[in-house]
Amino acid sequence: MQLVSSAKALLLKEFVDAFFLSFRYLLKPKATLNYPHEKNPQSPRYRGEHALRRYPNGEERCIACKLCEAICPAQAITIEAAPRGNDGTRRTTRYDIDMTKCIYCGFCQEACPVDAIVEGPNSEFAVETREELFFDKQRLLDNGAIWEREIARNLAADAPYR
Amino acid sequence: MTKIIVDGAELDVPAEYTLLQACEAAGKEIPRFCYHERLSIAGNCRMCLVEVKGGPPKPMASCANTVRDLRPGPNGEPPVVLTNSPMVKKAREGVMEFLLINHPLDCPICDQGGECDLQDQALAYGRDRSRYSESKHAVENKYIGPLVKTEMTRCIHCTRCVRFTAEICGTSDMGMIGRGEDSEITTYLEQAMTSELQGNVADLCPVGALLPKPQNFRARPWEYNKTPGIDVMDALGSAIRIDTRGREVMRILPRVNEAVNEEWISDKTRQIVDGLKTQRLDRPFVRENGKLRPATWQQAFGAIAAKVRTTPAGKIGFIGGDLCSVEDLFAAKALAEALGTKNIDARQDGARLDPALGRASYIFNPTVEGVDRADALLIVGSNPRWESPVLNARIRRRWRAGQFPIALIGEPFDLTYSYDYLGAGAEILAGIAKNQESGEGFGEILAKVERPMILVGQGALAREDGAAILALAAKLGAPKGDWTGLAVLHTAASRVGALDIGFVPGAGGLDAQQMAKAGAQDVVFLVGADEISVEPGAFVVYIGSHGDRGAHRADVILPGAAYTEKSGTYVNTEGRAQMSDRAAFPPGEAREDWAIFRALSASLGKPLPFDSLAQLRGKLYASYPWLGAIDAIAASDTARLAALPGGALGQGALVSAISDFYLTNPIARASRVMGECSALAKARRTAQAAE
Repeated sequence: MQLVSSAKALLLKEFVDAFFLSFRYLLKPKATLNYPHEKNPQSPRYRGEHALRRYPNGEERCIACKLCEAICPAQAITIEAAPRGNDGTRRTTRYDIDMTKCIYCGFCQEACPVDAIVEGPNSEFAVETREELFFDKQRLLDNGAIWEREIARNLAADAPYR
Repeated sequence: MTKIIVDGAELDVPAEYTLLQACEAAGKEIPRFCYHERLSIAGNCRMCLVEVKGGPPKPMASCANTVRDLRPGPNGEPPVVLTNSPMVKKAREGVMEFLLINHPLDCPICDQGGECDLQDQALAYGRDRSRYSESKHAVENKYIGPLVKTEMTRCIHCTRCVRFTAEICGTSDMGMIGRGEDSEITTYLEQAMTSELQGNVADLCPVGALLPKPQNFRARPWEYNKTPGIDVMDALGSAIRIDTRGREVMRILPRVNEAVNEEWISDKTRQIVDGLKTQRLDRPFVRENGKLRPATWQQAFGAIAAKVRTTPAGKIGFIGGDLCSVEDLFAAKALAEALGTKNIDARQDGARLDPALGRASYIFNPTVEGVDRADALLIVGSNPRWESPVLNARIRRRWRAGQFPIALIGEPFDLTYSYDYLGAGAEILAGIAKNQESGEGFGEILAKVERPMILVGQGALAREDGAAILALAAKLGAPKGDWTGLAVLHTAASRVGALDIGFVPGAGGLDAQQMAKAGAQDVVFLVGADEISVEPGAFVVYIGSHGDRGAHRADVILPGAAYTEKSGTYVNTEGRAQMSDRAAFPPGEAREDWAIFRALSASLGKPLPFDSLAQLRGKLYASYPWLGAIDAIAASDTARLAALPGGALGQGALVSAISDFYLTNPIARASRVMGECSALAKARRTAQAAE
């Protein structure tokens, strides 16, 4: 037994094995990506940055039912509601998400009866200060405008399973 | 008592119990929409179906059938009620499915969501999916007043609101027109409701068809912090629940207190909320060159101290307001004593009530619950519908029960029940007192019945001959056994408490009316007193929450807390001490009133002997022990009523103390909603007068 291990040590078997292993991987396809120029495929259920959506006619979807605020386990959402000035419909006057609190559980999106608040595909919203992560309604609506096409596609792809 | 078996458990219940009551006595929950304990039975929602043995072989509406309707079994077994059988389950699911056919699926935008009976019961007793794919009906929304918003598509036609307005309010404002699917709840001509209790229909509505309009879309029920409080809008001291969200009072709802308000509150109590946010005094002010200028507490205290130091004690006066808690007035009185003045008074209207004559002379002796037992009522110089709408609803209920003759001396008014109008002058009261002996007219009725009630309003007492009227009323309502008929109905929430702690002029002191006269006083402290105008000359310090009449007159304003912002004791018109909790915080630099007096006393060099509310209460209860018995009415010495000093009756008609129900105090006058209600009521009265 001792003889075998001595022989292996003498002949540098582990070293040679390692060279062969490296060589095998050299010939295989690469596993790493050249981020950000290359990206992994993403599930339609990916839970990234939040967005507030609008209907195709431009009307905001959110009706201030506050179910997302109620379900949020991190209590990251703050909503204030009032009748809208021009038509008296139920709307939010304030819709804030504290993204530093958010745990990206997706409950808000599950709770929303009108698909207004969604977690979009974007995860690249790194910022330099905490304050920039306190999203207000305008920021969320802007997110919705930017990502609407991807969000709609993802929702449609996931619809058969709901 | 009859035996009945509910879900296998045998129990004894009175035969007149409905099956629903019997099931509740057995601890079983029966879902219901149209049934309400305080309204008549309609039996139209069918949600309370149960299976019975000893009755028809079909599901029975448990609210509309009594225990005595059921037959015993062939061998005399008690009848059986099943609340959980497959038949009941199927029946409930069927009823729920029919109810939901025409109920819109708009819970997310409905304000009732989260406190909705239909939502809860659909979850508990309904099917988990819909089989209905046809189109739903829609109903136009109706205008029924500034306090209640309608969303009539949601209505399930339980008719609770109709029965409430007809039975409790006595105004028959609402009704149901049309048949079957076309039936609609409406105020017929889309007029505003006329009752002072109309806000309660929003509470009664089991769905989101009737909602409080001022709170439209503001918050969800789960967001509220709920604080038990006591109402100060009238002297009834209704139990309320103050709902706050963050620092803001969002709404006020009734709490059940069988002895006082049952589960109703007046519109003023309910929708005063926006008045708590407007016209608030949030920092001290000092008048300089005729203009009020914002100041610090130190500057304000300095201005007061400079004035008080140069003023003899006899020229300093304290006038207590209508919304003050007992603690506030106790602190004010302690400061007045420290300054050595005897000029203190809380009777801004000049009511001739004196605590020296015994507590029975200024409280509602028969008690509010006693209204249900009274057999005759004489109203003197009062309009209970405005002075205490919830009490008026109780009187109306007693009147509906029958055998309850009512007569009125004073201003004729639609009190929602019929009464004999005897006239307006005080001499009529004297006539009745004579008749009581000779046995004619209403005096005969009062003499004959066992429990007569003489309701005396502040309109009758705030006159030169107030003491004489009080003595006459006390004679008519003299103690008979354990019943004393003299019922003084106050209009100010603080009044009984103020009289209890003796917030009245000491020997040789001036009363409120005299203090307000020009030249009578050099320094007048208005402790939330806004219903009296102090004539020019005096240096006026106003301690209160709202920029109203008192603050406009003031030379120094010290911002205080409104009733939702402090813990305080209030003694209601029947002498019941009740404690209210703090629900919110005063705005800006405003402080609780007792703390203001404590701080002011230190800067006047006469520190008061308490540093906390607990210490203050300790002193208060040591001097007036009955105020420590919260929720109880201390026994009063009714024998002393016979010794009330009478006097000569004056001329002139008795009028009610309130000329506008909606604008009786500074908070109400600051409220936009109350202003709207007042304008509507005024327009209605003008239109009626023109007809």
